[in-house]
Amino acid sequence: MTEPSVTLAASGGQAAAPARPDAALSLRGLTVSYGEKPAVFSVDAAFPAGEMTAIIGPNGAGKSTLLKAALGVIPRLSGEVSVFGQPIETVRGRIAYVPQRASVDWDFPTTVIDVVMMGLYRQVGLLGRLTGALKARALSCLDRVGMASFADRQIGQLSGGQQQRVFLARALAQDADLYLLDEPFAGVDAATERAIIDVLKALKAEGKAVVCVHHDLATVRDYFDNVFMINVRRIAEGPVRTTFNGETLNATYGGRLAATHIDQLNLVEGA
Amino acid sequence: MGSEFVMFSLTPMLIGVLASVACALPGNFLILRRQALIGDAISHVVLPGIVVAFLLTGVVAAIPMLLGAAGAAVVAVVLIEAIKRLGRIEPGAAMGVTFTTLFAGGVLLLEQSDTSSVHLDVEHALMGNLESLVWLRATDWSSLFDPWALAGVPEELPRIAVVCAGVILLTLVFWRWLKISTFDEGFAQALGLPVGMIGMGLVITAAVAAVAAFDAVGSIIVIAMFICPPAAARMMTNGLERQVWWSVLFAVVAAVLGYVLAGYGPLWLGGDNAVSAAGMIATVSGVILALACAFGPHRARVGARAEA
Repeated sequence: MTEPSVTLAASGGQAAAPARPDAALSLRGLTVSYGEKPAVFSVDAAFPAGEMTAIIGPNGAGKSTLLKAALGVIPRLSGEVSVFGQPIETVRGRIAYVPQRASVDWDFPTTVIDVVMMGLYRQVGLLGRLTGALKARALSCLDRVGMASFADRQIGQLSGGQQQRVFLARALAQDADLYLLDEPFAGVDAATERAIIDVLKALKAEGKAVVCVHHDLATVRDYFDNVFMINVRRIAEGPVRTTFNGETLNATYGGRLAATHIDQLNLVEGA
Repeated sequence: MGSEFVMFSLTPMLIGVLASVACALPGNFLILRRQALIGDAISHVVLPGIVVAFLLTGVVAAIPMLLGAAGAAVVAVVLIEAIKRLGRIEPGAAMGVTFTTLFAGGVLLLEQSDTSSVHLDVEHALMGNLESLVWLRATDWSSLFDPWALAGVPEELPRIAVVCAGVILLTLVFWRWLKISTFDEGFAQALGLPVGMIGMGLVITAAVAAVAAFDAVGSIIVIAMFICPPAAARMMTNGLERQVWWSVLFAVVAAVLGYVLAGYGPLWLGGDNAVSAAGMIATVSGVILALACAFGPHRARVGARAEA
């Protein structure tokens, strides 16, 4: 493997890379810890606008934790987060977050359209009226993910893939510039995966930044422009074309990926 | 059903209704957050708080007792959080440990102290004294417009009315925050909502409702009302708004029906004495829950949590 442009940061302890001013989301020295052990250690990252980035790494590598800590959903021990060059608190309206589907109770008494309207809460505030125009917007977001006919369904009656699409519709309703998705393709059917990737690619075409925690290494090359590889520390970061290769995968997964498996991914030069 | 009803039944019934509604409203969110036991915990820890307040002041007066109860509730909430975090114990167990210990401590304190001269005992703590909250100045329905008679309503009535109104107002104002942070806490946090404050505010509201209701009707109703009406309501509908309306309806029905059954039921059956109104109200709420379990249109999904 000879890939000169790869950034290998596995050795750690390097000086923090300067935050890219054009990045939609940039992290510097982000550290999160559950108890004694750090889950994410001193991670720098820059996720560009107008591109799709996959965050990949083994289970327990801190992928979801990285997103949650960036958003302030879980507290960070140290580190700086900036969104479009601003402190996150001032630009929350420009961020849409899609949590893991399994993180909520789908038995909650509410309907599909109601969940999508939650994406509008920031705009309407605590007591603002949810006007017909806003409801129409929520419906059009449902339509974008092919779920308009399910608007009045109870959410517990949906399949896993349908639930994921409803979550994506809620994020669309937020009309954000930065989309952070935690495993949007986990456990969904092929039709849903297609529908989601089409929406995400449309967002990218509109110039939005899309960042996904992603599990399926086989689809990284097809779906994403960039890859961010993490195993507690940042391992590598860059365009899929140059960064996503056997060397970085081995470094990220600690040799847990069999060589044959890596070959099957048909990486880099072969493609 | 004339003057006798106004004098002996109207005020206890109203107090029962207001206490039930004040507890049922936050109960809806506590159940959906799987924190239903917190109402139970609070109503138990109120006892030591009240006993300590009595020991410190030497009088059975409303304000010190409410302060004592509120203080104990805060201590309990902090203890539960501490046990949960430090001991890494599941929330239900942390609550169970806290409230049984504090309640037992309250019973011991009560036995050791000289409270025999005052109306403060374990039975009172459990069942309250709803029947005794009569409106002696009332003569008939016209007393509702008589300032002198109105000034003589039991002091528990305005107190629980204010608390109930406050709970309703808070539920309305913070509806969206409560709904979204209960359904999807991570998303609510990403929106920038003060999720921790919302959760704490809900528990404090529940605590205030529990303390005010405890004062009037004892802990049995409090425990029942936090859980039974909302749980039954969940089985009637798949919408949160409608669930809350159902829970209020069930709370009112339980309070009114329970009071009437306790007062007149035994007589109808040929018995001599009425039974505890608080006990009967709680029982009726349990029966409503059982009926909802058996016949509610949306009972199938309750408890059937998505395997994840």
